[in-house]
Amino acid sequence: MADSQTASLEPITAADGTPLKKKLAQALFRSRVRAVSLVVPLFAFVMASFVIPILALMWQGVYNDRFSSHMPNLTEQLTVWDGLTEPNEKMYEALVADLETARADRTIGRAATRVNQEFPGTRSLFTSTARKAKKLKPPFKESVIKANKKWSNIEVWQAMKITSQDLTPGFYATALDGRYTVDQGFVRQDENRQIYVKLFWRTMLISATVMGLCLLLGYPVAYLLATLPLRASNLLMIMVLLPFWTSLLVRTTAWIAILQSQGVINDLMVFVGITADDARFSLIYNMTGTIIAMTHILLPFMILPLYSVMKTIPPSYMRAARSLGATPTMAFIKVYMPQTIPGIGAGGLLVFILAIGYYITPALVGGQDGQLISNMIAYHMQKSLNWSLAAALGGILLAGVLVLYWAYDKVIGIDNMKLG
Amino acid sequence: MAKLPPYTSTGEYIWHYVYRSICGLIFLFLIMPIIVVLPLSFNVEPYFSFTKGMLNFDPTAYSLRWYEDILRNGMKAPDAPFDWAWLADTWNNGQWIRAIRNSFFIGICATLLSTALGTLAAIGLSRSEMPYRRLVMSILISPMIVPLIITAAGMFYFYSQVHLSQTYLGVIMAHAVLGTPFVIITVTATLVGFDKSLVRASQSLGAGAVTTFRKVQMPLIIPGVISGGLFAFITSFDEVVAVLFLASPEQRTIPRQMWSGIREQISPTILAVATLLVILSIILLTVLELLRRRSERLRGITSS
Repeated sequence: MADSQTASLEPITAADGTPLKKKLAQALFRSRVRAVSLVVPLFAFVMASFVIPILALMWQGVYNDRFSSHMPNLTEQLTVWDGLTEPNEKMYEALVADLETARADRTIGRAATRVNQEFPGTRSLFTSTARKAKKLKPPFKESVIKANKKWSNIEVWQAMKITSQDLTPGFYATALDGRYTVDQGFVRQDENRQIYVKLFWRTMLISATVMGLCLLLGYPVAYLLATLPLRASNLLMIMVLLPFWTSLLVRTTAWIAILQSQGVINDLMVFVGITADDARFSLIYNMTGTIIAMTHILLPFMILPLYSVMKTIPPSYMRAARSLGATPTMAFIKVYMPQTIPGIGAGGLLVFILAIGYYITPALVGGQDGQLISNMIAYHMQKSLNWSLAAALGGILLAGVLVLYWAYDKVIGIDNMKLG
Repeated sequence: MAKLPPYTSTGEYIWHYVYRSICGLIFLFLIMPIIVVLPLSFNVEPYFSFTKGMLNFDPTAYSLRWYEDILRNGMKAPDAPFDWAWLADTWNNGQWIRAIRNSFFIGICATLLSTALGTLAAIGLSRSEMPYRRLVMSILISPMIVPLIITAAGMFYFYSQVHLSQTYLGVIMAHAVLGTPFVIITVTATLVGFDKSLVRASQSLGAGAVTTFRKVQMPLIIPGVISGGLFAFITSFDEVVAVLFLASPEQRTIPRQMWSGIREQISPTILAVATLLVILSIILLTVLELLRRRSERLRGITSS
């Protein structure tokens, strides 16, 4: 009896004598390593060329050392200053010293630009005082204010205190039409300087409109494609896939040719007599143009998921509903439509995600009121060179997109994404 | 067209045709931009709109001058007689020719990179032993989802610090990373229906891992790889935001050239280029369709 017990306790071994459990674990480990090593090259590549660059930019949205690196003495003084009392002589002394070295290094422009982002109109104050910095004599407080009396404005000093902090919520505050202040924390920007929140809303509104239009136009087409015999539907599918494969810029160019005031649509309308020659519709370089062109460009992204879902719905369901007494409309709404909801979700989310970050089409056909948040990000990256603000705006947009992406993954699953 | 059953009521009858016409209009909406571009590119006038002569099918209202302009634009001596020197001139100096060369060079390099890396990763990801499969997959797919402007801005910021901006390598890396999600998706799709016992059968017959991959797996997933590669290529070929941020004039691609064409000096040359691109996309679409059919045939799925 004792013998059989020891036998059952003794682990089962593989051919070479190692316990089977260990052997299995080794095999599993090996196949894991094999799978991981296949993925690692791409993962490393995506990390290095995509994820890290974006994280580096996002870091700029909360971290900016332009001021502190160019004005070290003043930064030291500003850190101990409470931000409310009258600036003291020591701070003025540090200011003059820093302005002098910054002018000698030719870095004054950078520090001045940084403060200007926080408190518009101060750039020239810095550059002009820096020019005189060498000649300023103690007591510095008086001589600096004499050089330019704007220095007596405590708001300038408060703005400098804000900018002297490397880690700052200021850019996110600006991106949400607010301001970060020393004494009151976050305050809302004046009414006439609020642009970004409005732009975010407009981006959402345009994206939602485009999504709605895509659904409205895509649903009947997908239904037709799914119910027609394969030969006919394959032929019609070309009409969906050809625009999908055609260059984005080609399609945008084509829409310019069609929609412009001397374009095809307007010519046709004048010809038919809907409108007078001198009262042509302005269909492009405004929000209408953006919506039309974006709907066209994103429509295949709606049709394809809808089609692949509708393809799996057996036509007998509808027939069963009819035979049980439902009218065609009722059968369609009560029986068919609920089954297409996964397709509607997949297509709608995809279109919305793509629309919300659109840049090229609005930039080319959007005019003034058809611009989206992406265009503002591009503006701050390329024109105003306020990269931190661009990063903050991008961070908010990215957060929104990632939430939608997460929802997409939860609802549809990214591995179920299909192309063409 | 399917015949309507005899019990169709008048209302349904009318609805049937109304519905068909609505669909027809939507198809027209989809295809119209592509159709409009073709005749306009033969316009003799430097406009984006139809002239009276074009509508009357007057042959003198049509010309190939914008196609010639693709070759001539930017040349040192465009009016020189047509010979080898002229061809060399357009090859080296033609603005559009340079853009076309750049587009193909960048596109092919990016495609090779993303197809190679993407296929390997897709094979790894399709194995059930892969840890954190879902998370890794969503990171690898994210270049397709993250707004291009954020990607481009991030790359512009980061690449200029590591001296990759304004180089071919930088643009190629950007395009490769944007193309990989498509490769992963298409290759994963072909691997989903992949019968694992085929691998075991080949192994039991004495084939090593490499032989099995080459002789058994590869032929089955190759249609997915090629169509993924085509997607990656067209993504790179069509991409303009990253090029706007990362490329110097030296690396201008076709879409970049079109972009400045639309913004600065709008001329029908863009329409001529657009026509050529439409033809290219028709070719790609045909190749893709043939691949799909081949893949279905190989798997024994007959299209009904």
